[in-house]
Amino acid sequence: MASYNLTINNKNYSVDVDPQMPLLWVIRDFVGLKGTKFGCGIAQCGACTVHLDGNPIRSCTFPVSAASGHKITTIEGISENIDHPVQKAWIEMQVPQCGYCHSGQIMSAVALLAKNPKPDDAAINTAMQGNICRCGTYQRIRKAIHRASELMGTETKKVFAHE
Amino acid sequence: MQSNANLNRRNFLKMTGLSGTDFILGLYASGNKGTSAVVNMSGLEDTFELTPYIIIEKSGSITIMNPRPEMGQGTFQSLPGIIAEELEVSLDQVTIKQTAGEKQFGRQVAGGSSSVRGNYMNLRKVGASAREMLIKAASDQWKVPIDECYAENGKIFHKPSGKSLSYGELAEAASKLEVPKEPVLKDPKDFKIIGKSAARPDIPLKVSGRAVFGMDVEVPGMVYASVERCPVFGSKLISYDDSKAKKIKGVQQVIKADRVVFGKTKYEGIAVIADNYWAALQGRKALKIQWDYQGFDKFNSNDYEQTLRDLAKTEGLIVHSSGDFDKALAESPLHTEALYETPMVSHSTMEPMNCVAHWKEDNTIEVWVSSQGPTLIKDELFKTLGVAQDNIKVNIMFNGGGFGRRLQSDFASEAASISKAVGKPVKVIWTREDDTQLGPFRPMTFSAMKGAVSNDGMAIAFQHKVISPSLNASRNTNFDKTKPDNSMVEGISDQKYEIPNMKNEYVISDFHIPISAWRSVTSSTLAFAHECFIDELAALAKKDPLEFRLNMLTKDSDTKKVLTKVKEVSGWDKPLPKGWGRGVAQYEFFAGLSAQVVEVSLQTNGSVKVEKVYAVIDLGTVVNPDNVKAQVEGGIVMGLVAATKDGIRFENGKSVQTNFNNNRMLRINEMPQIEVTIIADGGPTIKGVGEPGLPPLAPALCNAIFAATGKRIRRLPVDLNKV
Repeated sequence: MASYNLTINNKNYSVDVDPQMPLLWVIRDFVGLKGTKFGCGIAQCGACTVHLDGNPIRSCTFPVSAASGHKITTIEGISENIDHPVQKAWIEMQVPQCGYCHSGQIMSAVALLAKNPKPDDAAINTAMQGNICRCGTYQRIRKAIHRASELMGTETKKVFAHE
Repeated sequence: MQSNANLNRRNFLKMTGLSGTDFILGLYASGNKGTSAVVNMSGLEDTFELTPYIIIEKSGSITIMNPRPEMGQGTFQSLPGIIAEELEVSLDQVTIKQTAGEKQFGRQVAGGSSSVRGNYMNLRKVGASAREMLIKAASDQWKVPIDECYAENGKIFHKPSGKSLSYGELAEAASKLEVPKEPVLKDPKDFKIIGKSAARPDIPLKVSGRAVFGMDVEVPGMVYASVERCPVFGSKLISYDDSKAKKIKGVQQVIKADRVVFGKTKYEGIAVIADNYWAALQGRKALKIQWDYQGFDKFNSNDYEQTLRDLAKTEGLIVHSSGDFDKALAESPLHTEALYETPMVSHSTMEPMNCVAHWKEDNTIEVWVSSQGPTLIKDELFKTLGVAQDNIKVNIMFNGGGFGRRLQSDFASEAASISKAVGKPVKVIWTREDDTQLGPFRPMTFSAMKGAVSNDGMAIAFQHKVISPSLNASRNTNFDKTKPDNSMVEGISDQKYEIPNMKNEYVISDFHIPISAWRSVTSSTLAFAHECFIDELAALAKKDPLEFRLNMLTKDSDTKKVLTKVKEVSGWDKPLPKGWGRGVAQYEFFAGLSAQVVEVSLQTNGSVKVEKVYAVIDLGTVVNPDNVKAQVEGGIVMGLVAATKDGIRFENGKSVQTNFNNNRMLRINEMPQIEVTIIADGGPTIKGVGEPGLPPLAPALCNAIFAATGKRIRRLPVDLNKV
């Protein structure tokens, strides 16, 4: 057991856990944020995707000991009011079915758009192929990422208009 | 009531921990649209029940019950939407509550694509009855004729004066009125919800991490468990050593635990109980267990498949016979035969099996679970644990996928028995490896096909003989094997092709591996053999595959309709680029009907790429068109996985596939374009949505591969990288 200070969604948490415990279970069962999902435990499905300093990682295989001192963002941290452009696009395209994989899908998409605001289909394939959706929502995920890209462009323009 | 717009762990615990009170999934009409996942009904005051499905508070808050679990298929919108339509409220105005197996709602099971088609008229009547009661209450209060009053947007209006009363103000008086037996239903042309692509209220919850799945439930005092069960089915426990497991910090106890499948077959396991899941899992890995495989470790898929091939040569039980098949086949110079083979597959819902169960001191049980049927959970716990249904409380959470796996309740009864043993509420979480290896699985079916065509190119003889394990025999020890298992010959005698001489047969094969329904059940495999062989007959007759089919459909039928439509929308007669091929298939079965055209292209590296799928689904009436399209898209993807990915294969008695690395799923880079067309011409019968999109995919794909390459695919899965 060891004590770790974690910064998750800009809040600080102190946990006393096994250093090898995957970040996923710390986030879910010690911090109490249930939006990040367990899917496979071997970094194959992406349901557990969170951001570490803005980069998508699979929290199911990422030991808590390596997360200390980094900025962690979970699905709960991307917006207060479900109004992140990716979330808006996901709602507009009615992407989720069962919804279980979509916290991870969205976290991968948010990270992609942060680095590449106008991804083409090939870039989407590369960034999103680590996330499995068993309900088969891929066509809508693709559309929603393009739509989110549009929304982000518009929102950026709005900011400039204010200036 | 509390909204969980700002759900935090403490509140969540507080709400879920109120034993004996209702715990619901819901969209809470707080004016803050789409932000609530958990609402506690215990705080409701001054509520009035107009029908069991509609609860109106004096404050005006309206709750509508959803009697079918939400697993992605959209019942959380479609069923409350049907009630809301007739009640004259919008879904934004209501809280949706999941039913929990209460008797007044009948059998609550989501399966067989039956939620809308099985409830459409009843739920419209529910909404219409409540509307008429509210109108009557208003007319009584105002002392005006009923026909001067109408309902709109949660209020009753008096037309001449323009005055109005809200449903909340009328609820008490309305609830004392008799429920009309035959209420007047709305004219479909006035529909505001039904037939419209309405946004699903669960989606905001699912894009924000707020939707509460079974996996996300916590109750006070809860411990975690991970269970080691032998992946070799039929094994017996000899002994186990838990000394190392118990040394792991956080591990509390190690106990024996039984998993009972179908309420009858018991599989032993060792459960490690711990403060947290990770500790339970580490403890489980430290167990030393000795199993007696009882010879079942000799079982492997290769040998079993050879058994099925041998059985294919034997005569089967007659399933359907018309004309004189044997004579027609013998007399026809143009005849052919083929054996088609399909694999076992896993359901692999993205949310692995799990359950929170609390066996309480008073011998009642409460479970929080992702399940396709609260009724099934109650029945199973009664059957396996002997606790009466009235003493079982079920909380149905959002299902992270169902696909037939969550029609079984083995994981719930196992969790309840562990809770009893430890005297605490327990959350049992299956690993992905457990979920992949332990079944129940979709069974394989083999199909021995024979057929003949006439000189003028018409099919004149056709035989589909199914050789397979039996779903009913797996489930029911007393199943009469001298009769064909109807669930294993699904649809093979119901296609509308006018073939004069047919003889369909069934050959059962014993199987010790647990098998169960999987999305579109046996149609998911039989359609492959059936519709690929129709294609073989078309080739034998030197006919275009689609024309060949339409030629056998001289009478009007829904099948003719969907094939004609898919011909049109796919541009069937237009030439394709070089190296491309297209194939067609349709399948009609209990759940409904879809026809599909798949286009594939041959790549320079020899692989086959699935380019585009055109799907037509026939419904009669459609409630939410966009959701129907989503379901067909999903059926196609699941069909594509089953047709082209690993499937489940047994070696040394256990599944070789363990996780998504070797039981691969389709990924976004492999996704074809899908275009769905809905036929909803308002016919009297409503067909299903969740399953019919699946069966035609495999045969349409393999027929397209034949068109592109000249190679017949008669065994699935087909590896598209080396066709």
